[in-house]
Parts: sequence; structure tokens; C-alpha cells
Amino acid sequence: MLIRASTRLMQSKKRENMSNKNVVEIQNLLKQFPVGGGFFTALKDVNLQFKTGEFSGLVGPSGSGKTTLLNQIGGLDSPTEGSVNVLNMDLVNASHNQRADLRKTKMGFIFQSYNLLPVYTVFENVELPLILNKIESKKRKELVEQAVEWVGLTDKLESRPSQLSGGECQRTAIARAIVHKPALVLADEPTANLDAKNSHQIMKILVNLNQELDTSFIFATHDEKIMEYLKRIIHLDDGQVTQDDIIEKPKMSL
Amino acid sequence: MMLFHLALKNLIGAGLRTWLNVFVTALSFFMIIFISGMYDGMRKHARQVTIDTEVAGGSYWHPEFDPLDPFTFEDSHGQPPASIQNAIQKQQALPVLVSQASIYPHGRIMPVVMKGIEPSQEIVNLPTHTLLEKTDGLIPVLIGSGMADYTKLKLGDTFMIRWLDVHQSYDADEGIVVHIMETENFKVDMGTIWIPIRKAQTMLSMENEATYVTIAKGVPLLNGTHNWIHRDIDYLMRDMEAMIEADEPGAQIMYVILLALAGMGIFNSQILSIFRRRKEIGTLMAVGMTRSRVVGLFTMEGGMNAFLALIMTIVLGGPFLIYFAIYGIPMPIDYTEMGLIMAKRLMPVYSIALLVSTTLFIAFVVLILSYLPSRRIAKMKPTDAIRGKIT
Repeated sequence: MLIRASTRLMQSKKRENMSNKNVVEIQNLLKQFPVGGGFFTALKDVNLQFKTGEFSGLVGPSGSGKTTLLNQIGGLDSPTEGSVNVLNMDLVNASHNQRADLRKTKMGFIFQSYNLLPVYTVFENVELPLILNKIESKKRKELVEQAVEWVGLTDKLESRPSQLSGGECQRTAIARAIVHKPALVLADEPTANLDAKNSHQIMKILVNLNQELDTSFIFATHDEKIMEYLKRIIHLDDGQVTQDDIIEKPKMSL
Repeated sequence: MMLFHLALKNLIGAGLRTWLNVFVTALSFFMIIFISGMYDGMRKHARQVTIDTEVAGGSYWHPEFDPLDPFTFEDSHGQPPASIQNAIQKQQALPVLVSQASIYPHGRIMPVVMKGIEPSQEIVNLPTHTLLEKTDGLIPVLIGSGMADYTKLKLGDTFMIRWLDVHQSYDADEGIVVHIMETENFKVDMGTIWIPIRKAQTMLSMENEATYVTIAKGVPLLNGTHNWIHRDIDYLMRDMEAMIEADEPGAQIMYVILLALAGMGIFNSQILSIFRRRKEIGTLMAVGMTRSRVVGLFTMEGGMNAFLALIMTIVLGGPFLIYFAIYGIPMPIDYTEMGLIMAKRLMPVYSIALLVSTTLFIAFVVLILSYLPSRRIAKMKPTDAIRGKIT
């Protein structure tokens, strides 16, 4: 508890220093995909900024461009036009390796279908980003145990994904996304495969982590349950931002 | 180190899939070593048998002698020069008198090569001492088992031998089979009858003459051999070497087929494994692994697969390979009638070169077959890979 309190204190100071900094800046983003002889425009005229510690969501119907925008922010895909600046890196001009390095050190991903490595145990799945970041073994163990404790899976450390429920798989994926304490976590439909009870549990964990670690979260979702927790909701339709709402008091909070 | 750590974790974690991959590779290892070893053993054995039973340390030939032309036999005889005679006296050389003859086993006529040889010789590995048996005036004849089968002659059978002597007169006498030898060298068996050289010289009126003289192994080159032509082991093995050489492309094709089969098995399991894991590759990229590292990871898994296969081959296949090398493999049929020098039990030979080249080659094949598909997958857009989509 003492450790957690001191961590919280340090991070609240950090938050004060960084609260006005943008973790993501997107300008005039256009993304087109070749379809047949022409192009399909997935994103158009997108201009957005996300600040440190924001708990925001991209909301819209299927095909509105949520996942495409999330992939642009994560550096998993390149824009056709415009600029995407994430954590002070211009992703348009960054190399594959630079983008990979940014994801490795400062970002976490949560996927709809969990994307856990099936042959790894919970411990090993969560440990993966730390191995990639070359954290030494003892420290890795400590950080994994801490992350697993956050998501309440301490008793499942040696289980494999096939032995876990959907909710437990997603909690493992969350632990993997936050174990290296990234500045930004991108979550693509994290509750789409979960029932209502598990969805709320997951969201509570994420809200808690947002407050404790000062990590920025960007969700892509059309799940009403998630929206109840968001502090900022960006509506997308046909690849364009149609509405950007700041929620002073989310319906659901800790 | 990080890639090694992850690759090891992946291999251990994959459990049965890993062991199936390793088993396929180990089976390829084993089959290539086993079949190549058999092939090498066969060739080595053929060479050894030829030297033991026929070539010894080389020969001195009468200048007219051409073993491939039977018409030269009637002119290719003479008294060996003094230096060769001297070696014969010291039992360092073995004179052989060759002539054409006809035999009449069971009333059938059959042309043969009649070879007179010193019965007490120990230079070539033939049971010629059996020619010393008392035969009551009949010509003692030693034949091989192949010849016995062909002529239906049995031990103790008598038959007519007809020959042309030095005066161009035909003569004939009764011969008796004193021994039927088991030999793997068809050249001393098929179409050949062996009789004591003194008897042959008398029959042919060629006293003290020979067609060629075989030298014992390790005897240095003789001086003063006049026009008798020295044929060293290499020369006498030319036919055998040519046969082996002619067989070489066949062996190489077989080797390539084996490797291709092994390669296909490995490629199949690797590509299946890698393509099944494209979502995993996408996830690795999403958590920050670079493309080159992804390729490196899968290639390293392939390398470890090859290493484990090597261990499995040693542990599971090793005892079989050693057993066969010691006790040989019984051949189902007698190949001597087909003109092949092949042992009744084939002893495989596993040379260091074979083991090292096979190991390196399999390792190389596995690495390449791991590298190529993973390189292709690593080139996929991470967004497609994450969804497990094939592009």
C-alpha cells in the first residue's frame, strides 16, 4: 500500500507537469485504401489532439474509421496525407524500426480478440514487452507480478490462454499492455467479446490504471458500456470527426 | 540473447507441434545418413572385395594381354622376366595363366575362361588350396557359386573340359568340381573355372608360362620386367572406379531426392507453423518487435528445430545406425548374377564427411525454409497480420 501511495504521489506530480502536453497530434489526416481501380476513403480531414492522461474514445458505427484511426496513432499503418505526431515522434517520417521502438517503449495495445500468444502462460504473455525492452529478469518478475495484481489474475500466472475465460484473457492482455507503464494505451473494442459483468470489470481496471499510472487511453468502441466511463468521446462517421465531447462527469467512475 | 530466449520459449511452449517438426527433421536426418551410409558401404565393400580377391598389390601383364578381349588370350602368355620370377619364388607374386576353353556340364557346351593358379598361394583371397585335393587323374576345378548355379554343377560333379593348346590343337579331359566358393566378386566367379597352374601349363604346353602375375600387397615396384606391363592398383580398379563414377550422378540424384523429400517435409511443417502464427507475428510487431527481429526469431526457431532434430537423431537413430554398422543389413537377393559386387550383408559406412555435410546441409535447409516464409509474413502490414489476414 505504501508503495502504491508513493507511486500515486509521484505520478500526480508528473501529471501536473505534463497535463498540458499533447500525447497525440493529428493534422489533416487522410487515409485511403486501394479498392478495385479506385480508392476507398477511410479517414478524411481528421484533426485531433489527445492530452496526457486523457481517457477518451473513438465512437461510431462499423466502418466509420475507428480502428483505422487507432492504427494510425499506433504507427501500425501510414496515412495517405497529413501528419500524425505521437509522443513527440512524427510517425509519417519515422522508419519502421523507429515506430516499432516507440510502440515497444511507450505504447500498449489491447485488441478485441486479445491476441495473446497461445503457447505462453499468463506470466510469459505479460512479460513479453519487458523482454523486448531488455528489462533484467528480476525486475521483470517484479513488474509482471505487479501488473497481474492490478488486473486480479495473481492465481492464474501459470495458466495458458486456452485455460482462461474471455474476461481473464482480456485482463491478461491489459496487463501486457500496461506492464511497462506506457504513456499511451490504444484499445480496440476491448469489451466486444465480453459479457456486461466482465466489461464493467475491465473498464474499472482501466479507469483505475488511468488514474494510478497517468497513462493516456484511447478506445475504439461502439459499446455503450465503455462510453459510460469515457471522459472524452469523439464521434466518427464515414471517416470524419462529427462530434468531440468532453464529459465532465462520466456516468460510471471509481 | 533476447531472440534465443523467446525462440526457446516458443519451442517449449508449442509442445507437440515442436516435437512433430523435430521428428520430421530427425527422420530426414536419419534417412539421409542411413541411405548414404549404405551406399558408401556398398562402394567401399565392392572396392575392398575386388582388391582382396583379384587385384592385390597390382599386376604385371604379358604385353599382348587384354582381359576384355578373349581373342588375345591365345597369344598372351610367356615366361615372366627374371625379376618377376624371383618375386614368384619368394611368394611375393602369383602367376596366372589364362586361356579360353569350353566345358560340357550335363551335356551342354559352355565357353569359359580357364585360369591356372598356384594352389598354395596366399596373395589373393580365393580358396585355391582346395585344388590340392587328390582327384585320381581328373582335373581339379574350383568354381564360384554363381557359376555352379548357372551350370548346375555340384561338388564332386565331373564334366568335360576342351581347350586349344599352344600348337593350335584341341584337346579335352575330364574335370571334377573340388570346391564351390562363395564370393562376392562376380569377376572371379561367373564364366571362370580355376585349375592348378602346373596342370594348366601342361594342358596348354606352356611350361613355366603365365598371362599375368599378381603382386602381393606392399611389394615395391620390380625392376627389369622387360616388356611385361606393370598395372598398378589404380589401373586395375579403373573399371570399378568408372562404375562408381557412372553411378555417382545416380547417387547424387538419390541424395537430392532424399533432401527434397526431407526439405518438403520441413518446409511444409515450417510454413504451416509460420502461417498459422501470422496473428502472433502481428502481435509481436504491435508490441514493438521490428520486422528483422521477427524474421530472426522464426529463423532461430528453425535453427533450434534443426539442433533438436540432430539430438533426436543421435538419441533415437544413433543405436540403429551403430547396430547396422556393426552387424550389417542382410541383402534379400544375391546380386552377383546381376554383375554387382555386393555383400550378402551390407555394412553401412558413416564417414565424418557424410555426417558433417548432412548436418550442415539439413541445418542450412531448415534455416532457409524458416527464413523465407517468416520474411514474407514479416513484410505484411502489421494491421493485416494482427487480424490473421493473408495478403
